[in-house]
Amino acid sequence: MKTLQEIEEIRKTKREELDLRKNQNSKTREKHILICHGTGCTSSKSPEILKRFREIIEEKKIENVRVIKTGCFGLCAKGPVVIIRPDDTFYAMVTPDDCEEIIEKHIMNGEVVERLLCKDIDGKKVQKLDELSFYKKQKRIALKNCGVIDPEEIDEYIAFDGYKALEKVLKEMTPDEVIKTISDSGLRGRGGAGFPTGKKWELTKAAVGDQKYVVCNADEGDPGAFMDRSILEGDPHSVVEAMAIAAYTIGANQGYIYVRAEYPIAVHRFQVAIDQAREYGILGKNIWGTGFDFDLDIRLGAGAFVCGEETALLESIEGKRGQPRVKPPFPAVAGLWGKPTLINNVETYANIAQIILNGSEWYSSIGTETSKGTKVFALGGNVNNIGLVEVPMGTTLREIVYDIGGGIPNGREFKAAQTGGPSGGCIPKEHLDTPIDYESLKQIGSMMGSGGLIVMDDTKCMVALAKFYLEFTVSESCGKCTPCRVGTKRMLEILTKICDGKGSKEDLDKLQKLATNIIKSSVCGLGQSAPNPVISTMKYFKDEYEEHVIQKECRAKECKAMSKIVINEEKCKGCGLCQRSCPVSAIEGEAREKRKINQDKCIKCGTCLASCPFKAIE
Amino acid sequence: MEQNKCNCNCEGVYKEILEKYDKDKSNLIKILNDVQEKAGYIPMKAQEEISKYLDIPMAEIYGVITFYSRFTLKPKGKYHIAVCLGTACYVKGSQKILDRLKERLKIEEGETTADGKFSIEATRCVGACGLAPVFTINNEVHGKATVKMLDEMLDKIEAEA
Repeated sequence: MKTLQEIEEIRKTKREELDLRKNQNSKTREKHILICHGTGCTSSKSPEILKRFREIIEEKKIENVRVIKTGCFGLCAKGPVVIIRPDDTFYAMVTPDDCEEIIEKHIMNGEVVERLLCKDIDGKKVQKLDELSFYKKQKRIALKNCGVIDPEEIDEYIAFDGYKALEKVLKEMTPDEVIKTISDSGLRGRGGAGFPTGKKWELTKAAVGDQKYVVCNADEGDPGAFMDRSILEGDPHSVVEAMAIAAYTIGANQGYIYVRAEYPIAVHRFQVAIDQAREYGILGKNIWGTGFDFDLDIRLGAGAFVCGEETALLESIEGKRGQPRVKPPFPAVAGLWGKPTLINNVETYANIAQIILNGSEWYSSIGTETSKGTKVFALGGNVNNIGLVEVPMGTTLREIVYDIGGGIPNGREFKAAQTGGPSGGCIPKEHLDTPIDYESLKQIGSMMGSGGLIVMDDTKCMVALAKFYLEFTVSESCGKCTPCRVGTKRMLEILTKICDGKGSKEDLDKLQKLATNIIKSSVCGLGQSAPNPVISTMKYFKDEYEEHVIQKECRAKECKAMSKIVINEEKCKGCGLCQRSCPVSAIEGEAREKRKINQDKCIKCGTCLASCPFKAIE
Repeated sequence: MEQNKCNCNCEGVYKEILEKYDKDKSNLIKILNDVQEKAGYIPMKAQEEISKYLDIPMAEIYGVITFYSRFTLKPKGKYHIAVCLGTACYVKGSQKILDRLKERLKIEEGETTADGKFSIEATRCVGACGLAPVFTINNEVHGKATVKMLDEMLDKIEAEA
């Protein structure tokens, strides 16, 4: 148990101690080595780097240096990432073998290890994090602590104004004042649909019930999306704090966070955060003597995409099959166990404390007319700087893909960007200058979605992409309502037929009709949005669909049934590299002879394409 | 239901798992997650124990198990290979890796080879998008994967036995 005074004391002393994390001119003699421990960098062995640093420091008995594990820095493509503060040096793709050199040169002698610096888009090496173009156009609110603090240390969270918003709310604000602040800020649901958050809180507060609940939706199911996971891994306390504020506002005393079991690191760190908050008396009975009770529990998902739909999520928390309920009644009126329930997404919660502390005017000054604040995107696919970015609403797609993302690798052309996952759509080149906000994206046939942003180059077939998303929805449809269960399956069959080179022009009409009907008649958001990838690709890449059904051609050469891999005899020098690379021995020919591909054996995997130094395989 | 027969002495294990939780029906998914983690699948015996403990009919438990893709009724292979089909990996060609895996092991997604050595899963985003395409062997992530790399790793595993 800690009193408010004790927490204020921690805040002061810790803030001084951690000043060097945010202040490059800090006068401290200490140095902090921050190592990314998000899922991406952890997969490329960042825990070993942490161990190695600690070993060396122990061995050499170096003082005034600390090694800290943090959440995601964002630039996953360059992982594992190590940052030295206060001088803010950014080392990319570090291995355990590099640790000794970093310690000897950088920590002991203040010399930068040039060879580990990160190359920027223009090919020049850059020393400091904020000099990288990846970070220049970003504005971090939801991710403000990610990569700055140790997510498993509550004191570090407290140091950077943590739990100050909760204190302010409990001591100075009425629930109605909180709702007014959130409403005035213009914050909208970051899960995808964009419902005004203040309105949701108001509705749940107004609902009559002896028991109410707050729920956090962390069932981040969109393939290619990892924003919520990164927040939970990098700054779990921000969500704990926001849920407590929400509970006070609507009159709840119990909260649940529903996280995918596929996110073991996030689950672990959130559990640590809950335990620490309980220990400090920030969760539990009579918090800080204000008479407000609140506690939190984790519920695990088990691999069902539909559970990201709010009513399916509630069913799942109750321990049942996650099938959506018919709305209305909305969860605000009858949610968990039939009681009024407030459900918000992780990123939405991550903004709350900032809004309370800095005021609604500050927040609403960022963004566009109808979409305020920032949005976190998981930038992936055919783009140089894969990673996590947070930009003000209204930033254009071009800025994200080229200025932040560093453009398309291998000198290829941008073809489309996909937002909103299986519920969203593709944005073609001609809309690259669309400002990203809820309305503009909807207007061009996509949606904000939870924040997955996948970039595709010209080697991607748009029909095959639509098929990929339909495969996803077919396997994830819960089966409750017919339009979604059967309709998406029929759409997939048609798309498969087209990709196999057996489609006809009538099939395109059928697809369009089916899509419209499924949207109109499905029970939940999954079915209502499942046809979107097909509709948007048909709208912007109609000629590709027509080529598939009329000329039976796939210009991206992705639809295997329509493509053949052949060796250009004129270019082949008979080196045999392709023959050795082929996993199924489909390439024939003797030494120094021109090689041939046996089409019966070829599985069209494309391995040989990459192996040929003369570009003779087409 | 032959395949659901449990061969190990695991009753004690289930008891241990069950005792961690209150007899509250909403704990079902948490318990199933624990069993899946511990046993690699949800054996019949475990379903019976859970049914008694939480007072939920077996049919309902079966309904929940088959609804969620994380739960399986069959044991996974000694080497469980999961290929990420998240969009970021898909765009970078993970489908080719999955196809090759299926072709080589002659099993489909969600199946285990007859000798119990390999099982395949097409998984959703594992979160290592920066390393795409990615596959995991027994939860160890292998990034920037190619068909060739997969073949070499399988060769190595097969040679070991």
